[in-house]
Amino acid sequence: MEYDAIMIKAEDNVATALGDLAQSREYRVTAGDALLKIKVKEPIAFGHKFAVVDINEGEDIIKYGEVIGRATAPILKGAHAHVQNIESLRGRGDLVKKGA
Amino acid sequence: MEFWGYGRSDGSVGTRNYVGILSTVICANEVAENISRQVAGTTAFLHHQGCCQTPIDIERVNDVLVGLGRNPNLAAVLLVSLGCESTDVEKVAAVIAQSGKRVEIVVIQEIGGAAKAAAKGILISQAMAVEASEQRRALFPLNELVLGLKCGSSDTTSGLSSNPAVGVLSDLVVEAGGTSILGEVTEFIGAEHLLARHARDKETGKKILDLVDRMEKRAVQMGFDIRGGQPTGGNIKGGLTTIEEKSLGAIAKAGNAPIQAVYEYGVKPGVKGLVVMDSPGREPEILTGLAAAGANVIAFTTGRGAPQGFPFVPVIKLTGNENTWKNLRDHMDVSVVSIMEGTETLAEAGKRLLSETIEVASGKRTKAEISGYTSSMDIYMVGPVI
Repeated sequence: MEYDAIMIKAEDNVATALGDLAQSREYRVTAGDALLKIKVKEPIAFGHKFAVVDINEGEDIIKYGEVIGRATAPILKGAHAHVQNIESLRGRGDLVKKGA
Repeated sequence: MEFWGYGRSDGSVGTRNYVGILSTVICANEVAENISRQVAGTTAFLHHQGCCQTPIDIERVNDVLVGLGRNPNLAAVLLVSLGCESTDVEKVAAVIAQSGKRVEIVVIQEIGGAAKAAAKGILISQAMAVEASEQRRALFPLNELVLGLKCGSSDTTSGLSSNPAVGVLSDLVVEAGGTSILGEVTEFIGAEHLLARHARDKETGKKILDLVDRMEKRAVQMGFDIRGGQPTGGNIKGGLTTIEEKSLGAIAKAGNAPIQAVYEYGVKPGVKGLVVMDSPGREPEILTGLAAAGANVIAFTTGRGAPQGFPFVPVIKLTGNENTWKNLRDHMDVSVVSIMEGTETLAEAGKRLLSETIEVASGKRTKAEISGYTSSMDIYMVGPVI
């Protein structure tokens, strides 16, 4: 394979790992016709995501060119982007209960 | 292109030729299962409903049993009833019989217990099975395919490979004049705006949005974040972070065909082409809903390896996850790992899937059928058990 991770749309701010990625190594990320090189900050398991740019707390997470959630903490470029730093904006009965 | 199917007297075409032993209430499951075990060529539909429910759900049980009974993969139907349930067994039998199929009823309380009911049911279904076995397959055009779509135990490979490949399959079936049914409304959440854009008109688009709104409100009403339930724990381990992300991958199964209509759970589509049917994402309820809607074959994508099948509709399993293809080969029918590896295009994989679908529709057994992993069945309820 000519790349190690994929951004489905060029405007995505996360990429999906196509194999297990090791910490502090640089990997090839495909985004349409472009090929980026990004050093991952921690091990990223197959199928998991990492940030391809620095993402601020509260910023939308974009995959498939669509909003898939919101950052609950800053996510630095190359960091694992998953449930520990992304929340869903939908089906949030917990927020309704709190009156949010 | 054509497939070898079983023509039924109502014009529908089966891909299998079973005698269906349908339990009409949870309390008759034992006898229905027993009868089916004793008679080759039969299959049992068991479930947990039919009594102590609100009228909307009782009506649904009646309708779903009718839909299952009329599914073209059943040649004849035996209804097994306890006798005191809320299900309107006589009406269910009468409506199934309108399709021209032979329908019989065994009532446990009337005949004098489980042993006598089983004995009578065995004799009736033996005769039905002999009769069914005399029918031969014939060639039918692909517009007689009613394809059900499902993904389960998804991971990020689902959205990247197997779901879009099934989307191509769905488009090819629709192009050939067939029907394709998309369910799993929970997995529209966060992607419903894209589906609504696929609707043939504004009204159909609004129906899709309303369906998703209703499903999300049901979940939110419980006062919890749905994460953990949707996406599931397994989805999260596989790298899916939110329901929005899961949904955006899941709706790729719908392909690019316009959505012609929106139906309630288990309702048989009145039009050909791609349609949406209300249903949750859980396997027993959606597989049952697709079967009740008349699906004669189901394409089921999986990332982590979902083994479930249905008693009388073949369920084709495909995965784009290389580990799952290697480790769970006895449950997986088709690999689309090639898409992940970049060695096959989506269009090529979709064509390969269509060939496999035609093979399975014509009688090739799926892994779920071969291994007997075919008991994923139940009826989706909207109200409480009371």
